[in-house]
This record gives sequence, structure tokens and C-alpha cells, in this order.
Amino acid sequence: MEFYMLDSTLVVALMGEIDHHTCVAIRQAVDRNYQKKRAKNLLFDFEKVTFMDSSGIGMLMGRYRLAAIGGGRIGLYNVPKDIERILKMSNVCKLMKAYSNKQEALKELA
Amino acid sequence: MPKRNEMQIQFLSQSVNEAFARVAISAFITQLDPTVEELYDIKMAVSEAVTNAIIHGYEDKEDGIVAIKCGYQDKVIDITIIDEGKGIKSVEEAMQPLYTTSLEEERAGLGFTVMQEMMDEVEVCSHPGLGTTVKMKKSLEK
Ligand SMILES: Nc1ncnc2c1ncn2[C@@H]1O[C@H](COP(=O)(O)OP(=O)(O)O)[C@@H](O)[C@H]1O
Ligand SMILES: [Mg+2]
Repeated sequence: MEFYMLDSTLVVALMGEIDHHTCVAIRQAVDRNYQKKRAKNLLFDFEKVTFMDSSGIGMLMGRYRLAAIGGGRIGLYNVPKDIERILKMSNVCKLMKAYSNKQEALKELA
Repeated sequence: MPKRNEMQIQFLSQSVNEAFARVAISAFITQLDPTVEELYDIKMAVSEAVTNAIIHGYEDKEDGIVAIKCGYQDKVIDITIIDEGKGIKSVEEAMQPLYTTSLEEERAGLGFTVMQEMMDEVEVCSHPGLGTTVKMKKSLEK
């Protein structure tokens, strides 16, 4: 997992498989970085994510709440087709948009 | 000749075994030469059922036993996930989209919905105090 700030947005490059087991570490690291870097928005890069089940949806909803408390928003980009499917099955689509690239995401979130 | 095969595995109810279950089922199903999408669907459904056994069935106690039975006949795959955990009071209610009993945790309540979406048939049999059995079926395309 990689973290970096672009203006007030914390970009999180997720990696590998997102399930109930791996969500524990993801949640901790994202929340810690979000507080430490005093970020407002959260942007998840899904390029290197190879699998995500409904535990990942729960994790994203939790991060949505975190950002909302900080007055920010949350976005996703580079979402693989398989993962787009589970996003559509849930209603997280209403809470966060999947952008086609980082530039577009940053512009919309700013 | 019709192709037929069966396997069974069991493991302790530890979350690290969610990935193990996906890898094990993939290795077995690969014998049927599924498409990438079909394999992904099956991994998703198994991941959901195994996760449920671990977090809901055994409530994060790490010494429960989760069993997976899988068999195929030609292109029809049967997968059963069994736990001897706390069971479900109302299966009908539990299977509603967005329904979850883990309120303090970040659960989406979509596990059963995902299983139904990924597989052709999902059948849940559960008795409070005795455990839960999830039976799923999927036919491969070609
Ligand atoms: N194996 C199981 N043992 C006991 N309860 C279960 C089991 N599987 C599912 N449940 C119950 O059904 C509910 C819905 O499951 P699911 O759709 O996977 O959503 P989630 O796991 O996000 O809560 C769970 O919250 C739980 O109460
Ligand atoms: Mg579940």
C-alpha cells in the first residue's frame, strides 16, 4: 500500500486482495495516514487490486464516513472490471464515484 | 466419458484462511478450464461464505472448523461450505440485501447477495446452535 498527498487529497494505492482479513490492516493504515497528514479527501487507486469481496465494500463505506467527518469526499480510479461489478451491486456508487483517471478525480474532488 | 471429481478440505476459522480457501477452490476448478470471469465469480462466492462462517458462525473464535466440499460432473460445479457455529435464526431475513447483524463492524450486508449473483443456485440451511450449510451450484459455459 502506498500513500501520498496531492493538495488536500490523500491518495491510497491499494494492492493485492481485499477481503475481511486484509481489510484490518488497510483500515488501520488509511485511518492513521488520513489523521497524520491532515487530509480532507480520500482517493483510492485500484490499479493493483486483484480481488475484492463485500468486506471491501464495508471498508470503503467506513472510509466514506471518515472523510465525511473531516468535511471531505472520497473517490476511486483505475477500477478493474470485476471490481466495478461489486461496486454496482452495492450502493457505494451513490457515495463515491469511480473516475477514469487521477487527473479527473482530483479535479472533481477539489 | 463424463468428467467427475470431488474434493474436501477443512481448516480452522481464522481469517488468514479466507485467501487459502480461494486459492484451494481455484486450483480444483481449474481442472475444468473455466474462463477468468467464471473463476473470479466462484472465488467471490466462496470468499463470502467462508468469511461468514468465520465472523458470524464462529464469531471470530479461531478454533472452529470450516469445511468446503466441492465436486463437478461435466461442467456443473457444486460447492458446499459448512460451519458448526451459532447458526442463523431467520435465513430469509439474513439473505435480504444490506441485512447485517454486525453493526459496530463495517459490514456491507451483501455476502448472500454476492453469492446469488455469482452462482446459479444458492441454498442455505441453518439451525441456531448447530451451524450453517451453504450449498451453491454453477454451470460453466462451454
Ligand atoms: N455462517 C453463518 N453463521 C451465522 N450467521 C450467519 C452466517 N452467514 C451469514 N449469517 C448472518 O447473515 C447476515 C448477512 O450475511 P451477509 O449477507 O454475508 O452480510 P454481512 O456478512 O456483511 O453481515 C450476517 O450479518 C449474519 O447475521
Ligand atoms: Mg458476509
